[in-house]
Amino acid sequence: MASPASSATSAQACYHCGLPVPAASYYPVQIQGETRLMCCPGCQAVAMAIVDGGLDSFYQFRTATSERPEAFGESPQGVAQRWAIYDLPEVQSEFVLPLAGGLKQANLLLEGITCAACSWLIETHLKQNPAVKSVTVNLTTHRCMVIWDEQAPLSEIFAALHAIGYVPRPATDDQQQQLIKKENRIALFRIGVAGFGTMQAMMVAVGMYTGATDFWLDFLRWLSMLVATPVVFFSAWPFFQAAWRSIQMRHLVMDVPVALAIGLAYLASVWATVTSTGEVYFESVSMFTLFLLVGRYVELRARHRNRLAFGNLAQLMPLTACCLRTENGCEIEESMPIKTLQLGDLILVKAGDTFPCDGRVVAGESAVVEALLTGESQPVTKKPGDSVIAGALNNHSPLKVEVTALGAATQLSAIERLASQAADDKPLQVLSADRIARFFIARLLVVCAAVFAFWFWYRPEHALLVTLSVLVVTCPCALALAMPAALSAATANLRKRGFLVARGHVIETLNSVNRVIFDKTGTLTKGQFALADVRIFESVALPRDRLLGIAAALEAGSNHPLAAAFMPWQDVCTATAVKQTTAAGVEGQIDGVGYRLGTIEFAGQFGSAVGAHPLTLPDDQHLWLLLASEQQPLAWIGLIDEVRPDAAALITSLKSRGIAVELLSGDQSGAVAQLARNLGIDEFMAGAKPGDKLSHLSQRQAAGDKVLMIGDGINDIPVLSGADVSVAMASASDLAQTRADAVLLNDRLAVLAEALDIARRTKGIIRQNLRYSLVYNLLALPLAAAGMIPPWLAAIGMTASSLVVIFNALRLMD
Amino acid sequence: MESLYFLVPCALVFIALAVKALFWAINNGQYDNLDTEAHRILFDAEQPKKDDSAKTDAEKTAE
Repeated sequence: MASPASSATSAQACYHCGLPVPAASYYPVQIQGETRLMCCPGCQAVAMAIVDGGLDSFYQFRTATSERPEAFGESPQGVAQRWAIYDLPEVQSEFVLPLAGGLKQANLLLEGITCAACSWLIETHLKQNPAVKSVTVNLTTHRCMVIWDEQAPLSEIFAALHAIGYVPRPATDDQQQQLIKKENRIALFRIGVAGFGTMQAMMVAVGMYTGATDFWLDFLRWLSMLVATPVVFFSAWPFFQAAWRSIQMRHLVMDVPVALAIGLAYLASVWATVTSTGEVYFESVSMFTLFLLVGRYVELRARHRNRLAFGNLAQLMPLTACCLRTENGCEIEESMPIKTLQLGDLILVKAGDTFPCDGRVVAGESAVVEALLTGESQPVTKKPGDSVIAGALNNHSPLKVEVTALGAATQLSAIERLASQAADDKPLQVLSADRIARFFIARLLVVCAAVFAFWFWYRPEHALLVTLSVLVVTCPCALALAMPAALSAATANLRKRGFLVARGHVIETLNSVNRVIFDKTGTLTKGQFALADVRIFESVALPRDRLLGIAAALEAGSNHPLAAAFMPWQDVCTATAVKQTTAAGVEGQIDGVGYRLGTIEFAGQFGSAVGAHPLTLPDDQHLWLLLASEQQPLAWIGLIDEVRPDAAALITSLKSRGIAVELLSGDQSGAVAQLARNLGIDEFMAGAKPGDKLSHLSQRQAAGDKVLMIGDGINDIPVLSGADVSVAMASASDLAQTRADAVLLNDRLAVLAEALDIARRTKGIIRQNLRYSLVYNLLALPLAAAGMIPPWLAAIGMTASSLVVIFNALRLMD
Repeated sequence: MESLYFLVPCALVFIALAVKALFWAINNGQYDNLDTEAHRILFDAEQPKKDDSAKTDAEKTAE
C-alpha cells in the first residue's frame, strides 16, 4: 500500500499498464479492497471502468500487463463524436453484416489485447449491454465478432470497448479471415473422416488377422474397403491434387510418393478384395493418411497463428475523411467515406489524423510525420503549396488539403507495388524437402520396378502383392514427417522466445545467411527520444528536476515525438498560455514567468537574453533543445534516440559467426555514421530512400550473398519483400509486419542470435530424422522384397518409424 | 457369427451419426479458435462466488 505522501523516490509500476508511475502523481483505484496506483488518468479511468463493471477479477486472471490507453483528455461529447462515424451506413458496409431477425454482426480488430484474461474481460463487459447478443474474441488474431440488435448504435459498443482500454477498429480484410477459417474447417473435416475410417479399418483388420476364413474373411475385406474408401477419396484428396499439379509442373514434391503409395495400395487392395486373392492394406492406407493429415494440420495451425491478420493497406488508412463543401458561401465540414472522395476535393485533416490521400496543402501550417517514406519520426513542416502523402500523420494543427491522388495512385500504393515486385523477383528458395522428395521418388520407382520384375520372373502370382508391400513398408510416412515435424517444433520454440516465423522457408534459409542489413531508427534504436543530458548554464540557480519539470509542463499537451521524453517530469508544475510554433518550439507561462523550449533561434531570442552571449550547440551527437526564461537561457537539454541495449552484443555475435553486417538508413544526419562507429558496423549508408535500399539489396544478392534484412518502417517494405530472410520489429507498422518473413515480438534483438542457433540445431535434427527413415527403409526393404512382411507388420513398422521421427523432432522444443 | 449381419450395419449407422455430429460441431465454429477456449475454463473456476455480487453490482450501475 502506498501513501500519497511518498513520491519522490517511488519507482512504482502502474498496476494497470506496468509503466513507471511519475514521481508526483497520484491516481489511485480501489481494486478488490486494496488501493492500487496508476500512472496516468487514462489507466485510472480504464481501471475504474473495469471495477465498476464488477470485472475486477480481470486483474487476478491476467498473465500480462495491459497496454496504456491513449490520452483520455477528451470530454464525453468528444468521445461520443469520435465513434459516431461508425454509425454511418456507408462506413458500416465495410465491416458489418446484416443478419436475420434485426441483428447485425460486426467484425472488429482490437488493439491492446495482451493475454487470455483480456478476452474474458471484453466478452463479459460487452455482454452487460442488453443489446449485445454475442461476443467472440480471438486471442491470436485480435479480432472480435459482435452480434447485436441493430436498434442500438454501434458507437455505443465502440465506446464501451474504449472505456475498458481496447481500441476498436473495423476489420476490413474479412476475406482473408474467411479463407483461414475455411482452410481450418476443411482440414478438420478431413482428419475427422480419416480418424473414423482408420479406427474402423483397424478394428476390422484385427478380425482378419486373428483367423477369419473364407466367407467371413471376404465379408471383413469388403467392410474394410467400405470404411477406407471415404478416407482415400475425401481425406487424402489434397495429396492427389498436389501430386498431380507437381507432376504437371515437373517439379517433384513430397506429395508424389505419398499419393503413389496411397493410390496404389488402395487400388491393389480393392483388386485383392474383388478377386479374393492376396492381402489387403486398407488399414495401413487409412493410418498413413491420418498421420500425414495430422502432421499437416499442425503445420497449418502454426502458419495461421503466425500470420498477422492486420496489415492490409486499407486498414492503415482512416475510413472517413472530413470533406469541406461550400454552400451558400460558407464552409461546411462533412464526414465522408474515403471511397467517395474525388480529385480536387478539399479536405480538412485535423491534428492527430492520418492523411487519407496524396494532396497539396491549401491553407494552414503544421508538422507532419512522414515516417512511411523516410522512417524518421521527426516531423516535417508543411506550408501552403507543400505536398503531403497518404498515410502520413498530421501532428500539429489542422491543414486544408486539396486531393491530388487517391487509392492506387498514391505514393503508399506505389510503395506497395514496389514491394510486390521485389517479392516476385526474389530468388526462389528451393526447399530441401523437395530435393529429398525427388531423390526418394527416383529410387523408390527403381526399386519397385526391380522387385516387380524379379517376382514376375520368380513367382508371378505374388509379384503385384510383394511390390505393394514394398511400397507400403518403405512408405514415405517417416520421410514426409521428418522435416515438417522438426520445423514445427523449431517454429514453436522460436515463438516462445519472441521470434515469430511467418513463412515456411525461414528456418532453413537462416542457416545460409551471410549478410545482415539493419535499419537504424526503430530497429537498432528504440525509435523514441529519451533524455540524455542536461547542461545547466552557470548562473542558473534552479535545480535539474525543476528545469525538467518546466520543460515537461511546456511539452505536456504536445503530440510531438520529442514530448514523450519529458513524461517522467510531467507533474512537477503546470504551464498556462502554452503556444507551439511549428519547427521552432513551445512557449508558456509558469508561475508568472515566461519560458521557451526549442531551437536556438526560437528560445535564444527570448526576452532580455538576446545578444548576451553567442549560443552554440554543445555538440552534434544529440538533439539539443534550449530552455530559456524571459531573463536568461537556462539549460541545454539533450535528447537522444536510444540504442537498444542488446544491439552491440548482437553485432559482435554476428561478426564472430562470419556474417557481414551493414546499416542502411533513411536518416540524413550524421547520427548514422555515429551509430555505425559505436556499434562496430563497417559498411553503412545514410539518406537511403526505399528504392535505394532495394537496389542495394539486389546488388548484394546478385553477388551471391544471402541477405537477412531487419527493419521496422513502411519505407523498409520493398526491401523486406526482396530479402532472402526479412525480419520486422514488433513496433513496426502492421504493413511491414505482413511483408516480413518473421517478426521480433518483443523487440529483443538478441533473439536473432538465438534464432540462428536454433536453425542450426534444426538442420541437425532433420538430418538425423532423414537418417532414421533411411535406416528403417534399408532394413525393411529386403524383408518386404522377400515377401516376408504381412500387412500388420507393415502397419506397425510405419507407426513406429513415424513416432521415432516425431519424438526426435520434439527435442527442438527447448 | 451370424449376429454380424445385424451388428455390422448397426455399427455403420453409428459411424455415420458420429461423422455427422462431428461435421455439425466443426461447422458450428466450435473448432475455429482453440487457443482462447483453452483459457476459458480457468476463468469460471473462481467466478461463482463473485458472480452473484458482480451481477447485482452491474444491475445497480446499469439502472
